[in-house]
Amino acid sequence: MLVVEGLVKRFGGFTAVNQVSFRVEQGEILGLIGPNGSGKSTIFNMLSGTFAPSAGSMQFDGTEISGLAPHRIINRGIGRTFQIPRPFHRLTMFENVALAGYFGQGKHSRIKAEEAAERALGMVGLTTDRHALVDGLGAAGLKKLELAKALATGPKLLLADESLGGLDENEMDQAADMLRKIRDELGITIIWVEHIMGVLMRVVDRVMVLDHGEKISEGLPSQVSSDPRVVEVYLGTDAVATQAAAAEARR
Amino acid sequence: MTAKQSLPWIAGAALIALPFVYREPYHLHILILILIWSFAYTSWSMMGRFGLVSLGHGGFMGVGAYVTALLWNHLGVSPWIGIPIAMVAAAILAMIVAYPCFRFRITGHYFVLVTLALSGIVLQVITATRDYTGGSLGYTPDRTKGSQLWALQFDDKVTWYLIALGVWAVGLAIWKWVDRSMDRYALEAISEDEDAAAAAGVNVTWEKLKITVISALMTALAGALYCQYQMFISPDTVSGISVSLQMVFAVIVGGLYVSLGPTVGAVITILLAEGLRIGFGTKAVGWDNLVYGVLLVVFIIFLPKGILGSILDRLKTARKA
Repeated sequence: MLVVEGLVKRFGGFTAVNQVSFRVEQGEILGLIGPNGSGKSTIFNMLSGTFAPSAGSMQFDGTEISGLAPHRIINRGIGRTFQIPRPFHRLTMFENVALAGYFGQGKHSRIKAEEAAERALGMVGLTTDRHALVDGLGAAGLKKLELAKALATGPKLLLADESLGGLDENEMDQAADMLRKIRDELGITIIWVEHIMGVLMRVVDRVMVLDHGEKISEGLPSQVSSDPRVVEVYLGTDAVATQAAAAEARR
Repeated sequence: MTAKQSLPWIAGAALIALPFVYREPYHLHILILILIWSFAYTSWSMMGRFGLVSLGHGGFMGVGAYVTALLWNHLGVSPWIGIPIAMVAAAILAMIVAYPCFRFRITGHYFVLVTLALSGIVLQVITATRDYTGGSLGYTPDRTKGSQLWALQFDDKVTWYLIALGVWAVGLAIWKWVDRSMDRYALEAISEDEDAAAAAGVNVTWEKLKITVISALMTALAGALYCQYQMFISPDTVSGISVSLQMVFAVIVGGLYVSLGPTVGAVITILLAEGLRIGFGTKAVGWDNLVYGVLLVVFIIFLPKGILGSILDRLKTARKA
C-alpha cells in the first residue's frame, strides 16, 4: 500500500531523516518507535505533505505522493493526527470533525461531511454534546477528538502520532484498543508513532525502530525488543551488559 | 414566520419607505454616506473577521473609484461596464499581492505590513499620474445633463439612497452567505492553526485567496459607488492608508464578528466626522483621525468585540440566565 524508498530530510546542515526505506501492507498496524528527535515526526510530516522530502520517493497505492500539498494527500486517503492535539477552539466539537469530513474527503458535500462526523465521533466514543465547545475536554478527550478528525477525512492509511504521554495506564490501554478497533472494523491501515515501547508492542503487527534519523531495526515486536541495537538505544549499553549477565546467571 | 425572522423584512421595508416620507436632503446625504461606507466596512470585515487584517483596502477602494472614473472620462465607457472592469482590476491586484503572501505563509503582522505597502503604492500611483488622475487635487467624472441611467448619474438623493440601500443589503447577504458556508469553518480553522487546518484537508492558500478576492471585489464596488455619488474623488478620500485605517477602526468599534457590526461602525464614524466638521469647521481638519486612533486603542483593550458584538453578547447571557 505504501512504499517508501531512500527517504531523506535535511534541515540546513542537519539530517533529520537519512535514507529510510520501508513498506506498509494493506490492513496492518506498523509501529514506528524511537527516542525523541529520532525522526519519527519528520517522517510523518513528509508523508502528510507538511514537509517536502529532500530526496527519496513515497508511493501510495502506486502513485508518487512526495511534494504534493497536504490537502491533496489527505484527499488521496492518508489521514493524520498530531502528537499534541490541535483542535479548533472557535468551532464546536462537531464542527471540528465535520470540517475534516467536508474538506478531507474531497467530496465537498455537507450531508456526507456530517454523516462522516457522526460516524467518527461514535467510533472514538465522543457522543456527549455535539454543540459543546472543545475547551471542556481533558487530555484523553482531546486525543479522541484528534482521532475523530482524522477518521472523518475517510483515510485508507492513518498516521497516528499517538504519543500516550499525559494518559494514565487505563487510558493508554483504551487508546491502543481504539487503534486496533479502527483497523479491525474500518479496515484502515495504521502507522502508529510512539516513543515508549510498552503498550504499542501489544497491538502492532510489525515495528520499525528509528535512531538519529536512521532505521536500526524492523520486524515482529518480539524480534525487535530483543534486538541488542534497540535495547542499546532504549536502555543504554549498560543495560545490554546487565541483560547478558542475567542471561549468563540464569544458565 | 417568527418575530425574529420577520424583523429583518420589517426593518428593510421601513428603510425602503423612508425617503418617500422624509426627504430632508442633508439627512438623506448622511444616510447615503453611511450606507456606502457600511458596505465598504462590511467588505473589509469579510477578511478581517478571520484574522486577515488588511491595511490595503484603501488601495482596492481607490482602484474601484479611479478606474471607473478614468474609463468614463477618457474612453466614454459607461460605469455599468466600467465598474465591473474596476472590480476585476482590484481583484487582480488583490491576487498579485495576496497569493505570494498566502503561498509563503506570510501571516499576522507581516501580512499587515505587506498590505500597508499596497495602500501606499496605489496612493503614490494616483498622485504620480496627475496628468490623468488630477493627482492630489482630486478628480471629477464628466457630468451629463440631469439624471442619466447610462452614466449612473442622478440628481435626486432618493435614487441614490435606494441604490446605496440595495448594495448595502447585498453586502449583508454576502456576509451571511459566507457565515453559513463550510468555508467559514475552514477560515476559522485557518485563523487558529494553518497546519492543523491543512491536516483536515483544507486547501489553505485557496480558501484565503477566495475570501480576499471577494473582499477586494466588494471594496472596489464601494469605491466606484462613492465616486458616482459624490462626483468627486481625491487620493485622500478613497485611497491610501488613512482610509484603510478608518475601515479597521470602524469595524472594530462596531463589532468584527457580527453582520451589522461594520454598519454600526459606519454610523459612529460618519456622525463623528460630521459632528467635528459642523462643530469646529476647518479648525478640526484631521481631528477625526486623531480621535479614531485613540478610540481604536481603547476598544482593542476594553471592548474587543465592538459595541454591537458586546451588546449582543450581553443579551445572550441575559436570556440564558
